[in-house]
Amino acid sequence: MVYKKRLDGRKWDELRPMEAKVGVVPNADGSASFKIGKTWAIAAVYGPRELFPKFKQDPKKGVLRCFYSMMPFSGSGERIRPGANRRAQEIAMVMANALGPVVDLSAFPNAVVDVFVDLPQTDAGTRCAAISAASMALAQAGIPMKDMISSVAVGKVDDKIATDLDYKEEHIEEFNPDSKTASVSDIPVAMIHNTKEITLLQMDGEISKEDLMKAIEAATVAVDKVYEVQRQALKEKFAKE
Amino acid sequence: MSNISVHERDIVIPGEVLAEGMDYLPGENTYRENEKIYSKSLGLVSISGRVLKVTPLSGPYVPKIDDKIIGKVIDITMSGWRIDTNTAYSALLNVRDATTRFVKKEEDLSQILAIGDYVVVRIVNVTSQNLIDVTMKEPGLYKVSGGRIMEINSQKVPRVIGKQGSMISLIKTKTGCEVTVGQNGLVWVKGTPEGELKAEQAIKLVEEKSYLEGLTDRVGKFLEQ
Repeated sequence: MVYKKRLDGRKWDELRPMEAKVGVVPNADGSASFKIGKTWAIAAVYGPRELFPKFKQDPKKGVLRCFYSMMPFSGSGERIRPGANRRAQEIAMVMANALGPVVDLSAFPNAVVDVFVDLPQTDAGTRCAAISAASMALAQAGIPMKDMISSVAVGKVDDKIATDLDYKEEHIEEFNPDSKTASVSDIPVAMIHNTKEITLLQMDGEISKEDLMKAIEAATVAVDKVYEVQRQALKEKFAKE
Repeated sequence: MSNISVHERDIVIPGEVLAEGMDYLPGENTYRENEKIYSKSLGLVSISGRVLKVTPLSGPYVPKIDDKIIGKVIDITMSGWRIDTNTAYSALLNVRDATTRFVKKEEDLSQILAIGDYVVVRIVNVTSQNLIDVTMKEPGLYKVSGGRIMEINSQKVPRVIGKQGSMISLIKTKTGCEVTVGQNGLVWVKGTPEGELKAEQAIKLVEEKSYLEGLTDRVGKFLEQ
């Protein structure tokens, strides 16, 4: 009945294998690719540049604008209609909110920094991968930043707190016959590295207050592992020959 | 007791701790919070005495007074030209800052500078909102003719020029080209077609390998080939 072992054999607090690379889009001012398991995000940063339409300009500081898009072939085989939809717009909004607290655009009034994230392949945790990739791309673009943002999803599968859920775990009732009645909650979290302040916290499903606190604790540990991958990738780019 | 956790020319990422304690001072691209000094940019650490500074490896050009830049004429107004500065902000070039000769009231300004022309100008004023005024009425400032314009990362401009202009004079003498570097990252190269190509490749090499030591020798070798 209960969920005893994770479907892909990981430990409860283990993340999927991660891979990060910086500077993957040469034309952009900054770019990064971030893979976690089968989820793959590519971020490109342009700007600061002039913001149009003009009424969106802010004379006090620059604007951070995010775009999120899953590629048509990225899902499970069903074609995904490209372009903005309700879900993509929402994720773009939470991405801008998650990255905003560390990005300092006070030197660029009336300008905009555009962050484009595309996902060639998705297997749950896309908004987290997108934020982690965007953070690296912004750093490479030389945008003044207080700190890095690392993001990962945590959740409760049946009665266990698990880190970095994949698609099958999020839909456990379909993929594990023993867990027909299991409930899953999925909680994407993004944190500022040094202070561990939360800049993104969303949830699907339901969870008790105690379990939520446990889950966030697990996230605090997990984002550090993401951060380590981001740090390595940024430093590798400029490693001495 | 203060602890410094980085060395000179270390690569740091945003949010990385540079030093602990009050004995060190935060310089450019760093900030202090709760007795710790953090980096605010992806760049190289430079330590001068007690001051910790981070030199960014990339990043946008921030217009500064007295910078010589290369811009492109994008519009003609009643009393001058609007110049694209390769940043988020355009600059204004007034008629009286553009030419020494008398310009009549109803004269066609496109006879002096047309849309699409490149100019080498100096920034005379920048406001807090990054409104920029430029002048072309000084020696060494002119309208660009011929050659080619290339774009580099503005943070790499000091490396392309080199210490006391060592890098740029090396490229100039070895390729026989005229090279003008704008602080905003636009470079104008003029010479023979082969020379221009070689100079362009050399400048790209400097841009890519700017964080290495002994770069002038490396470029010298490249130009010898």
